[in-house]
Amino acid sequence: MKQINFSPQEYSRYNRHIIIPDFGLAAQEKLSASKVLVVGAGGLGSPVLLYLAAAGIGTIGILDCDVVEDSNLQRQVIFDINAVGKSKADEAMRRLRALNPYINIKVHDIKLTSENALEVLADYDVVADGTDNFPTRYLVNDACVILSKVNVYASIYQFEGQVSVFNYLNGDGSRGPNYRDLFPIPPDPSTVQNCSEAGVLGVLPGIIGSMQALEVIKVIAEVGDVLSGKFYTFNALSFESMTYNIKKNMTNDSILKGGLIDYEQFCGVSAIEKKIKEITPIELVNWQKQGLDVQLVDVREFSEYEFVNIGGELIPLSTLLDNREKISSDARVVVLCKMGGRSKSAIRLLEERYSMNNLYSLEGGIIGYIREMELDLPIY
Amino acid sequence: MATILIPTPLRKYTNNQSKVSIPGADISGIISNLVSTHPEIRKHLLDGAGGVRSFVNVFVGQDDIKSLNNLQTDVSEFSIISIVPAIAGGNYKGE
Repeated sequence: MKQINFSPQEYSRYNRHIIIPDFGLAAQEKLSASKVLVVGAGGLGSPVLLYLAAAGIGTIGILDCDVVEDSNLQRQVIFDINAVGKSKADEAMRRLRALNPYINIKVHDIKLTSENALEVLADYDVVADGTDNFPTRYLVNDACVILSKVNVYASIYQFEGQVSVFNYLNGDGSRGPNYRDLFPIPPDPSTVQNCSEAGVLGVLPGIIGSMQALEVIKVIAEVGDVLSGKFYTFNALSFESMTYNIKKNMTNDSILKGGLIDYEQFCGVSAIEKKIKEITPIELVNWQKQGLDVQLVDVREFSEYEFVNIGGELIPLSTLLDNREKISSDARVVVLCKMGGRSKSAIRLLEERYSMNNLYSLEGGIIGYIREMELDLPIY
Repeated sequence: MATILIPTPLRKYTNNQSKVSIPGADISGIISNLVSTHPEIRKHLLDGAGGVRSFVNVFVGQDDIKSLNNLQTDVSEFSIISIVPAIAGGNYKGE
């Protein structure tokens, strides 16, 4: 470990850590000597970045290629209204610099890919995975296993959160279980609802992300028992939490001998994308102007439909198969949802069950339509 | 009857119940009774061959059935069985 020489200001800043008997100056020095990459500066990344910066992690990398949107502010508390439209990584850095000028912050305003992951992760000691999709989850996990990095994992969905510490270095030199030991194969995209459509309670990433930051600090400071070989779940509605035991399966590591793979393909994303016919909002309007027989089916939930709709026939995705007879077999059927995810799931379901080929997904969903057509309708 | 904890993403297939009581002597029996009571949950829980899908974990108490006796793991009427699927947060496509 490099020699840490705290300034009087730093001693004062970290005083409440240093005076804890089981933490002390030694642990604080470890934090200052460490480098942590936070993948995803979103709902989870917000508390993780804030607490890690406040705690004095010596170098923090922020990886995110998105820009801040209005709908992020309900839970992504690192950003404020002035950040909307700007780079998440840059804005998070600005906030962290204002919070703690004694640490180094690196911005990675990029999408993590199989081509760049090993190079980016190589510079860090610990990775905190707060990404929002399966391909990147497997990519981060595999890169951490290949590079022998600890991967502090957290994930959220609606009211439910999960936390674990993957690939932890045990006292005997072996490594603890990783994401693939828990979930060897990703779910089929058709069974997964896009969470920007499924929603998430704003406080939940605050709770789960704080636990993730806690585990990062414990791993680095080498205090307490970390969640290695354990899988923690929290349900915000019932306030119930469970801690499960998970085990290492060595065959999963051997899969990685060939290096990183194509994760979009592994998660079945690219294969499915090709199958569904899509139309743009402008094409839809042209069809309607030309007087073509077009049925517009809205597969969102009733509450979303009530909030805003463009005159489609409401058949929520969950009730689709019960309402098969309402969907035309002759007309061109344009299926829409919020952003274009559920409409594809609906089409896939209908095509598989009934071999229909008259179904089109509205690209970008109702949000894309409202934006493209510059309609004076509310967006959520 | 053993208690099964249903995770949020699958509750829409159990009439929004977070806990269901299901009879059965082992996990295999419990799961077959669960899917016969709530048929819509089947494809999210089981693969074509009737095995538990690999992105779903089943725990009895704190332990993964894979480290016990898999589908033949015995359960009692006091057993708490958890179904824990993979969740990824926000955007599925990674865009």
